[in-house]
Amino acid sequence: MPNAIVIQNVHKTYRQLEALRGITLDIPQGSFFGLLGPNGAGKSTLINIIAGLVRANQGQITVLGHDVVKDWRLARFALGIVPQELVYDAFFNVREMLKLQAGYFGLGKENEPWIDELLETLSLTSKANESFLRLSGGMKRRLLIALALVHKPKVVVLDEPTAGVDVELRQALWQFAKKLHQAGHTILLTTHYLEEAEALCEKIAILNHGEMIALDQTKNLLARHPYRWLYLDLKENYHNFPFILKDKIIHQKPQQLVLRLHRDKDSIVGILEELRNANIEVIDLHMNEPSLEEVFIHLINQEVSS
Amino acid sequence: MKYYMNWRGLYILFLKEVWRFWKVATQTILAPVLNVLLYLIVFTSALSHQIETYPSINYTVFLLPGLIMLAILQNAFANSSSSLFQSKQNAGIIFVLLAPISSLEFYLAFIGAAIVRGLLVGIGVWISVIFFIDLPLQHIGLAFFFAIIASALLGAMGLIAAIYSDKWDHIAAFQNFIILPLTFLSGVFYLIRDLPPFWAKLSYLNPFFYLIDGFRYSFLGISDINVTISIVFSGVAFIVMSIFTVWLLETGYKLRG
Repeated sequence: MPNAIVIQNVHKTYRQLEALRGITLDIPQGSFFGLLGPNGAGKSTLINIIAGLVRANQGQITVLGHDVVKDWRLARFALGIVPQELVYDAFFNVREMLKLQAGYFGLGKENEPWIDELLETLSLTSKANESFLRLSGGMKRRLLIALALVHKPKVVVLDEPTAGVDVELRQALWQFAKKLHQAGHTILLTTHYLEEAEALCEKIAILNHGEMIALDQTKNLLARHPYRWLYLDLKENYHNFPFILKDKIIHQKPQQLVLRLHRDKDSIVGILEELRNANIEVIDLHMNEPSLEEVFIHLINQEVSS
Repeated sequence: MKYYMNWRGLYILFLKEVWRFWKVATQTILAPVLNVLLYLIVFTSALSHQIETYPSINYTVFLLPGLIMLAILQNAFANSSSSLFQSKQNAGIIFVLLAPISSLEFYLAFIGAAIVRGLLVGIGVWISVIFFIDLPLQHIGLAFFFAIIASALLGAMGLIAAIYSDKWDHIAAFQNFIILPLTFLSGVFYLIRDLPPFWAKLSYLNPFFYLIDGFRYSFLGISDINVTISIVFSGVAFIVMSIFTVWLLETGYKLRG
């Protein structure tokens, strides 16, 4: 599959701070790609370089084959950016903002049906003549999405789109992002909500201190975490567990036990065997795989300790 | 691909900038016109018998072209500086920076809007007074030339001020410590040649003097210095300022990180 975004050895330094240290990354066309990292990891700097809002000190980025510096016009036509902050122009209403934004991309009346469709899809039709300042937080966020899509870009960058929004709107935005993806758009998502990346993204890159510490399919990344959790429902309230299990028990309640097992070193069959030998009767069990949050914390901690 | 012009993008950005000040026309057009009329009343009442100007030209007629130009200069500067700075403050500038609009197109759109506002204020003042004051207009083409060059030059200066400024206080400093002294000390209210030699020489270094002297010549047919010098000086000042502004935009200074 050809790549929508190709990032090659990108460096960015702000005075003494090395915000990006040689990031290399390919984002395939049609993919739903997550860019994760703690605050200050360099996610926004990278997004801003892709968008042409920040200039890299070194390296190259192309969007659908167009260099964002040398061939910036076509790169910008291909990109729709939903910014993290609720940016606005207080002088114009929703429809005017959309028409102006389309105009900057050289689009005129022929684009108006698409503006109507965007307003409808994002439930903004009734607010089309309202000023940005009179919109609720959720509506402002939806307007920013409409502004990013007004020129029908093939690649959409969502920079923390659900930051500070309520659960209902978050779900609605997820649905909309999925719809965009199904319609063939390449989506690059940065988010603080790891469950969001886990639910939406096929592939994830994790940045920390300007370096990429992980890049993999989401399912591979989840499998990379060394531990998983075994939940056991017990017949009685036991107190004496085999010594070999003691350091694996992370939670104990009456008739319930939670064990943390190493993916490679601990065998479930072996654990059950030990329990049977100790006359501990198990009536039910289930396994929990790590969440992206746990993988993320694990990788960040690994980075810190190294 | 880099060098073609996005004409529609340029036009829409220009239109947006005009639309922006038009939505608050009371503040951006009517108030400046009223200000100039107040200046006119105060200065002609207070100074008309004390300041000698050209023979056979009364002080009110001498003063008016200068006052019109003063309004043009201040409003053209205010238009581009306030628009760009406000967009920087609320980060709305991102909508333009994300679009396929070049530094030159950005510059032309903002300068175009500054010219429109400068001309509207200038024409507004002219229309308000022609029914009461017999103001000749000898070279209408030249009057438009100086009005357009002045608006464009100050529009460019407004862009520079907005780019460098981090708070409204900085914009006010540009306005109060650069634009205001240069406009007031450019011969709006008096003849430069009547000043003591040192101050007269200093005034000849003020680019606004050439705009005002040339503009006054367009109305009265008389000027302190040869109008060709004013045309050349104003034109050169505009070209130098334009090159600097487009270069500054191209560097992305304080606009693109």
